[in-house]
Amino acid sequence: MKPAIRVENVGKTFGTGEARTFALKDASLEARFGELLMIVGPSGCGKTTLLSVICGTLNFDSGRIEIFDHDLSTMSTGAITRFRCQNIGFIFQQFNLIPTLTAVENASVPLLLNGHRHHAAEKTAAAVLEQVGIGEKIHSYPNQLSGGQQQRVAISRALAHNPRLVICDEPTASLDAASGKKTLEILKERALQPDRCVIIVTHDSRIYHYADRIVEMEDGHVIGIHEDPKNFHHA
Amino acid sequence: MTIGQTKFRCVLRIALKMLFRDHAKYAMLIGGLTFCSLLMGQQTSVFCGLMMWTSALVRNIGAQVWVMDAKAEQANEVVALRQIELDRVRSIPGVAWAVPLYVGIEQARLSDGSFQNIQLVGLDTGTFTGRPMRMTEGRIEDLRLPNAVIVDQVAVEKFRKKGIVLEVGSGFEVNDKEARVVGICHVARSFLGQPYIYTTYDRALEYARPQRKMLTFILVEPTPGLTPQEVTDRISKLPGLRAVTREQLFWETVRWYIKNTGIPISFGTVVILGIIVGIGVSGQTFYLFVHDNLRYLAAFKAMGARMPTLASMVLLQAFFVGFVGYGLGMGLTAWFGHAVLRAEQPPFYMPWQVPAFVAAVILFICSFSAVIGLIKIARLEPAVVFR
Repeated sequence: MKPAIRVENVGKTFGTGEARTFALKDASLEARFGELLMIVGPSGCGKTTLLSVICGTLNFDSGRIEIFDHDLSTMSTGAITRFRCQNIGFIFQQFNLIPTLTAVENASVPLLLNGHRHHAAEKTAAAVLEQVGIGEKIHSYPNQLSGGQQQRVAISRALAHNPRLVICDEPTASLDAASGKKTLEILKERALQPDRCVIIVTHDSRIYHYADRIVEMEDGHVIGIHEDPKNFHHA
Repeated sequence: MTIGQTKFRCVLRIALKMLFRDHAKYAMLIGGLTFCSLLMGQQTSVFCGLMMWTSALVRNIGAQVWVMDAKAEQANEVVALRQIELDRVRSIPGVAWAVPLYVGIEQARLSDGSFQNIQLVGLDTGTFTGRPMRMTEGRIEDLRLPNAVIVDQVAVEKFRKKGIVLEVGSGFEVNDKEARVVGICHVARSFLGQPYIYTTYDRALEYARPQRKMLTFILVEPTPGLTPQEVTDRISKLPGLRAVTREQLFWETVRWYIKNTGIPISFGTVVILGIIVGIGVSGQTFYLFVHDNLRYLAAFKAMGARMPTLASMVLLQAFFVGFVGYGLGMGLTAWFGHAVLRAEQPPFYMPWQVPAFVAAVILFICSFSAVIGLIKIARLEPAVVFR
């Protein structure tokens, strides 16, 4: 079966001359449909850079990235942006919920960016918020919600427009153990579909066992792909 | 409606929510722009009003063509002409008629012994050319009665402040000669605030301190078919005389005050301060607003918002606060104008150019603020949200 995402020998450097830093060196991986893939590794190993180039928010210098049969290296910036808008949902480490918008308004942003009408977008967003268990908080502002609740709003925002790829950057880093566990359960339950794929970047070993496979990185290299996350122990 | 239009409208709605709900910055932005608009609108209108006062005589008299000494530069500072100049002007082809006008500052002594500087206006006895346009009491024809004068509303007000009720039938002295009020009129106020006292030309010469030359202006009407400009060109060929149209004299007077007094510098400084306050307070606040939202705008970018969408959001926010601030500022200016026009001072005149000027400045401030914000957004890497 063809993979959902294929990353082949991707390289990325920052800076020039003596200040030049290799963030990614010949990084390669595949993500399958219906899979929750975790990218793990120590801080500064290039996990977030790899995530950024996969979702097209950062250009790469060499190699090839193919997502759902779209070759990012041949697409224009506008086309990548449009593709991202339609196909990718984001969950950020700091949630990045707009503080002046309510939970339902925050969750409806991707729908609005995809051209949905205001009322329809809020209705859909409210339904997703209900599914993740904070239906009673849809009119609350982010500062009125706990960290776990904010993360659920962020999950709702990532899932509202039904994307095929969900990108999560350290989704449990700002949460306590119980909230982190709940977040992963919701993600597994709501985000994973046979035609979808979830990629999580993390160094939180407490959640490794939720992954279907784990990609291990170090110094910009992919040093291993582990098929059995339950027995994976990061050094 | 296309998907693009729907998306555009909905995203703009989000932009406005982001603006409205950031109460502190929204209030600061509106307050800054309102104050800036008020300062510029009010000061510019007072300046225009002051300039209108300088040319009050030209507007009150209203003649089409004015003849004066060749060296006279403006309406309020003229050298008197010889009486014979009136006949010379009347002899020019194209002059339908020409009448004398006396204007001079004299002293009125009131019944209690106090005095008041007045602007004495002597109208042609036969035609009353240059008569006040609005009589509130009495009739202009009564000026033909012995010692008759018509006073304006400023005289009534100034005399009242001195405890003297000026009404039809009241009397006072002008340079030791008796003057009896036969009417009260309402005319444009003079620059220095002296009341206008109207009488006939002949009687004005009796009231005024005697000088060798007493004829201040000659008022001319062109013959039908000739423009005022054509007649002024012909009259100006006479040695020692200069003729100008009403509009020319108006602008020459205004320009003279702009050039020879510190009034424009004083008002200009306040207007510039208004612009600085606008840019300083509102520009900076808007920059902070964009800066504080940068992380969320980056998230928007990451989620697939393109630069035109983000630019529309920022421009809408900038121009919305500009529009509201401008509206409130000009509303307060109009309210101020309404209040002072009742009291007739300080001067206030708001031609359409004033709101247009203020709108242009506010537009500039908002555009400037928005562009600064947009530069930051354009340079923003969407990947910043992962850092």
